[in-house]
Amino acid sequence: MNTTNDTPLLRVSDFSVSFQMYDSALEQKELKVISDLSLTVYPGEIVAVAGSSGSGKSLLASAVLGLLPNNASIGGTIAYRGEILSPQRQKALRGKEIALVPQSVAYLDPLMKIGPQVDGTKKPLPTQKRRKIFSRLGLPEKTERLYPFALSGGMARRVLVSTALISDANLIIADEPTPGMTLEQALEALTIFREMAKEGKGILLITHDIDLAFAFADRIAVFYAGTTLEIAPSKDFQTGPEALRHPYSQALWRALPQNGFVPLSGFQPYAGHLPAGCLFAPRCPYKRERCEKEAPSMRNVRGGEVRCFYVT
Amino acid sequence: MKERLFRLGSALAVEILKMLSLLLAVSIIAFALVSASPVDPVQQYILGIGPVSEEQRAEIEEYWGVDDPPVERYLNWLSSLLKGDLGVSSLYRRPVGDIIGERFANSLALMLCAWLFSGGIGFALGCVMGINRDRWPDRIIKKICYLLSSVPTFWLGLLLLLIFSVWLQWLPVGFSSPIGVLDSEVHLWQRLYHLILPALTLSLASFANIALHTRQKLIDVMENEYVLFARARGEGKGTILRRHGLRNILLPALTLQFGSFAELFGGSVLAENVFSYPGLGSAVAEAGLNSDIPLLLGITLFSALFVCVGNLIADLLYRVVDPRIREAKR
Repeated sequence: MNTTNDTPLLRVSDFSVSFQMYDSALEQKELKVISDLSLTVYPGEIVAVAGSSGSGKSLLASAVLGLLPNNASIGGTIAYRGEILSPQRQKALRGKEIALVPQSVAYLDPLMKIGPQVDGTKKPLPTQKRRKIFSRLGLPEKTERLYPFALSGGMARRVLVSTALISDANLIIADEPTPGMTLEQALEALTIFREMAKEGKGILLITHDIDLAFAFADRIAVFYAGTTLEIAPSKDFQTGPEALRHPYSQALWRALPQNGFVPLSGFQPYAGHLPAGCLFAPRCPYKRERCEKEAPSMRNVRGGEVRCFYVT
Repeated sequence: MKERLFRLGSALAVEILKMLSLLLAVSIIAFALVSASPVDPVQQYILGIGPVSEEQRAEIEEYWGVDDPPVERYLNWLSSLLKGDLGVSSLYRRPVGDIIGERFANSLALMLCAWLFSGGIGFALGCVMGINRDRWPDRIIKKICYLLSSVPTFWLGLLLLLIFSVWLQWLPVGFSSPIGVLDSEVHLWQRLYHLILPALTLSLASFANIALHTRQKLIDVMENEYVLFARARGEGKGTILRRHGLRNILLPALTLQFGSFAELFGGSVLAENVFSYPGLGSAVAEAGLNSDIPLLLGITLFSALFVCVGNLIADLLYRVVDPRIREAKR
C-alpha cells in the first residue's frame, strides 16, 4: 500500500510515558513505561500494535485519547492529521474524530440500556443512524432495549464496535478487541474493521493475538518493553524470519505453534528495571558490546523500520 | 411480567418470614431481660393506685401470674400480644397500643423530616465531594462530616438549642406545640415551627454518614471502566456525573437510606429528650426510667418492627429498581 504521500492520520513521535511512583522507602521515582515510541497510521490502513502483556501497548491508547492517569507524565508528541494533540485538542477530538473500541462489556454502563448508551450525548439523538448501524452489524432491533448484562459475548463486541461507527471518527483505536472470542467472532470483528478502513478510516489495532494481526493488519508494529522494535508490512510476517528484520520479530514468528513453537529464553524487562542500552540486548543472540551501552533508534531497512544497530 | 411479579412476591414472602422470626427472637430476648431485671412490675403498678394491703397485693400477684414459670408468662404475654393487646402502661394508665400510636405519629413527622433532609443534603454533599475528590471542596466537607459524625447527638441538640432558642430566640425551646394552646387549635405551621430544631439535630447526626458513603461510592463509580469509556467518547465531567454517576450510586444510596432506620430511631431517642418532644423516643426514656414494663416491651417490639420494615423496603427496592436483579433469568 502506497501511503507515503498522504499526511498520516496519526503520527506518534519520540513518545514516552512515565509514572510518578513511590517506592517502599517513600521516595518518589519515575517509572518509564513507554519510551522513544514512533508510529504512524495512514488513512485506509490497519496498523496492529502487537506485543505481549506488560509491554505498555494499552497505555498507548489512553495516551492518544488523553486519558492517562494523573500521575503520568509524557514526552514527545502525538499529532492528528499533522496537528499536535494538546490536552484541549484531545478533549475536543475524543469521540468525534478519534474513537475507542474498548475490550469488554465492562466498558458499558451496567444500568443504561444499549440504545441510549450507544446514541451517547450527541444532539439530536442519532437513533435512526444507530438502527442502521445495528442492522448492518446484524444486531437485532430489540438489542437497544437490553441492558449490557443481557448481551452475549458476540453481541457485546458488536455493540462496542457500533459506538465507534456512530461517531464518524476517522481514527479508530481498538484495544484488544478479540480476546475471549471464538475464531469466527474474531474474524468477523476484524472484517468490520477492514470495511471501516476501506472507507478511508485509520485503524490502530492493539492486540496480543499475533496470528490475527499477521492476517488482518496492513502493517505491524512489534511492541516490546514500552517501545517498538520493528514496524513492517504484515506480508513480511507472513513470509517468515528471512523477510523480518529484528531478532525479536523473528523469535516471535518462530514461537508461533505453526512455525515450530520455539520459545525465546529470558523475560521481557519490567518498567523500572530496563537495561541501559538496547532493550532487547539481554535476550539477543547477536548482541555486541555497543548494544549494552547505547540505545539504538529506529532506522529504515528493506521497506520497514527496525530498532537495531546491525540489521541489514 | 407475570413471572416477575411472582418472583417479587416469593421474595417478599421470604423476607416477611425472616422478619417475623426476627421479631419473635426480639420478643423472647426482651422478655427474658425484663424478667431477669430487678424491676418489680407489681410494685410499679401499686405505686400508681395508692396504698394496698398485703392481701390485696397477693391478689394482684395471683391475678397477674407472678409466680408462674417464665415460659408460661411469656406465652400468655405473646398470646395477648397476637390478639393486639399490648397491656396497660403503668405510667400513663392507658393501653400501650394507644400510646405507641400517638407518640409514633409525632415521631414519624420528626423522623420523616430528618430522614428526607439528611438523605437529600447527604447525597448532594457526597456527590460534591466525590466529583471534587481530594480538591478543596472535598477536603472541607469531609472534615465537617468527620466532625459531625463524631459529635454526640444530644450535645449537638443542646448546642443548637443554645444558639437558636436561647441566644437568637428564633426557634422554640421544646415541645411539639406552643404551651397553653389546646391541641385542637394548634396550626400546622406551629407544629412545623416546633419541629425544625429537633429535625435538624436528628438529620445532622446522620447526614455525615450518608455523605461519606455517597462520596466513596461515587469515587468507586468514577474509577470504573465505563466512566473511562464515556470520557473516551467525549463526555465531560458534568455529563458523566448525570448520565452514569447518579444512575449508579442512586441504588446503593437508596438502600443505605432505608437501612438507616435503626440509627434514625436511636437518634430520635436522644433528640426528643433534649427538646422534650413528645415522640416515641422520649416515651422510651420515660418508660425506662419509670420501670413501665408493658410500655417498654411494646416500644422495643415496635421499634424492631420499624427497623425491619426499613430493611425490607431497601431489599425490595433493589429488586424492583436494579435491572440486573429485576430481569435476571434463572
